[in-house]
Amino acid sequence: MTEPLSFELSRPAVDPPRLPEADVDGPGPADVLPHDMLRDRPPGLPRLSEPEIMRHYSRLASLNYSISENFYPLGSCTMKYNPVLNEQAAALPGFAGLHPYQDEETVQGALELMWRLERALCAVVGVERATLQPAAGAHGEWTALRMIAAFHHSREENRTEVLVPDSAHGTNPASAALSGFHVVEVKSGPDGRISLADLESKLSPRTAALMLTNPNTLGLFEREILDIAEMVHATGALLYYDGANLNAFMGICRPGDMGFDAVHMNLHKTFTTPHGGGGPGAGPVGVKADLVPFLPTPTVERTNGHLELDYKHPQSIGRVRSFYGNFGMLVRAYTYILAMGGDGLSQASQDAVLSANYLRKLVEGDLEMPHAGPCMHEFVASAHHLTTEHGVRALDVAKALLDRHFYAPTVYFPLVVPEAIMVEPTETESKETLDSFARAIKEIAAEARTDPQSLHAEPKTLPVGRLDEVAAARKINAYLVGQSEDPVLRWKAPGEGAPKEAC
Amino acid sequence: MAERRYTKTHEWVTVDGKHATIGITDFAQSQLGDVVFLELPSVGRKLGERETFGVIESVKAASDLYSPVAGRISAVNDKLSGKPELVNSDPYGDGWILKLELAGDPPSDLLDEAAYKKVTEAAAG
Repeated sequence: MTEPLSFELSRPAVDPPRLPEADVDGPGPADVLPHDMLRDRPPGLPRLSEPEIMRHYSRLASLNYSISENFYPLGSCTMKYNPVLNEQAAALPGFAGLHPYQDEETVQGALELMWRLERALCAVVGVERATLQPAAGAHGEWTALRMIAAFHHSREENRTEVLVPDSAHGTNPASAALSGFHVVEVKSGPDGRISLADLESKLSPRTAALMLTNPNTLGLFEREILDIAEMVHATGALLYYDGANLNAFMGICRPGDMGFDAVHMNLHKTFTTPHGGGGPGAGPVGVKADLVPFLPTPTVERTNGHLELDYKHPQSIGRVRSFYGNFGMLVRAYTYILAMGGDGLSQASQDAVLSANYLRKLVEGDLEMPHAGPCMHEFVASAHHLTTEHGVRALDVAKALLDRHFYAPTVYFPLVVPEAIMVEPTETESKETLDSFARAIKEIAAEARTDPQSLHAEPKTLPVGRLDEVAAARKINAYLVGQSEDPVLRWKAPGEGAPKEAC
Repeated sequence: MAERRYTKTHEWVTVDGKHATIGITDFAQSQLGDVVFLELPSVGRKLGERETFGVIESVKAASDLYSPVAGRISAVNDKLSGKPELVNSDPYGDGWILKLELAGDPPSDLLDEAAYKKVTEAAAG
């Protein structure tokens, strides 16, 4: 049932693909590139007829799993339905056909959309201004931390540490480290919320910021957020909001009102732009007034109805993305916000929280719930009891769900819960879908008790069975540290050795 | 053989005169699952007590490695770069991670076997 690579399907009898001639004047490759950089033979592209290549990609597409086909309860990822209306708006020729170097006078509509989207996002999260440039969530985190660093620097303060809770997304410490900060971990208390005593002991004049998600990664609202904000601000540090879980309370409460100074949002989670397949994403960052001078340039400004890109911000951290961010995603998110309206957004959040609590209640007899409910938009269960009693791990539960036509929830995250299974149903699923997912969990838990061995062998109905992820990781690591010649590539061109570099 | 001591962060250390050997505990490897990669320092580097010296990565998680004692690194287990699974199969033997020449005495708050067992029982819930 697996599909060969297009290179393996290639037939010498077919003419090689003919690429169109360049339609712009300019020097040829031989005029501008060093001799040893030039190809001595044409690239070995696959030789297939158009119907053959078409069918190849259609078969690949049929092996894919997406939210368009089935339930996708991937915790922490907010895999909600992407409305077709968004695609219609993004495909409008006035948006889809733009060139980034067009004169400002000819793109007033696109600039107005950016200006209005910025205002809408600022209203949702309660901040002064926002940048739409970051291309994904982690990029947004990094952008916010660069602004926070610039803020402290402008006040001639040397703050070198960023505090991150032990339940945080891995991107939080990574973004802090990439921005040159030393990462300090803050512990969770037994109730799954940040420990105020531990926070107190970690805050110091060296602290630049605390990075926090609310509701946190366990799907629990940080009830003491106002005290946390006061503690952080009292030391002169800033509070950063990771927007991963914003879907829990749009239109109900706002990070800005809780005391957050910089707020990132994932348009590909909360605002229904496509999520998965690696993007393109969009991770705008909103900031309070103190951080506005440090926003990336250009900003979009409107004066008497005329829009312009403004580069005149001497304290700006500069551009963080080529051109204007992933503009097509901005169109989709703005379409969603207009289609929903303020009431619709707050209804979406209420329904997301209701879905998660309904599903949590349905499965709590079959999976352990390490923290007391109610939860917010997602919950973290544990398969620890199945592991100790029957040798069935969270991974086995996840793989068994694949055979029952569900995408697997997030497993083994957050790290503070053993054998974690993290479920986020989102507001766009029906009660029937949630019921059938709960039935599948019940069935798997029963099978764990009666026939645990069969669960180790799942999935059995998919093109590939249980993959050896340990061997895969060890082999590529051995190659990367120079311990193995094998770059683990499946296909090599006939007559060619291994490529000079992995690519 | 010198008696093995433990830390709350699941490292072990044995001390023989001025020489210390360190690794991660059996409990730690079982919690991490199959180890796929270790990022380790070079011989000669000086480590402070509780200093981070590397990263251990499994299919489930990546964790910092801390040195239970202060000293200068005299040997790094090179076998682990090609065979990280030694940390799983033999955490107290062939899966050792670093050898150090001690700077001063080892800290007095290292745990003995019984005390460490209590830590793991609490962690396993």
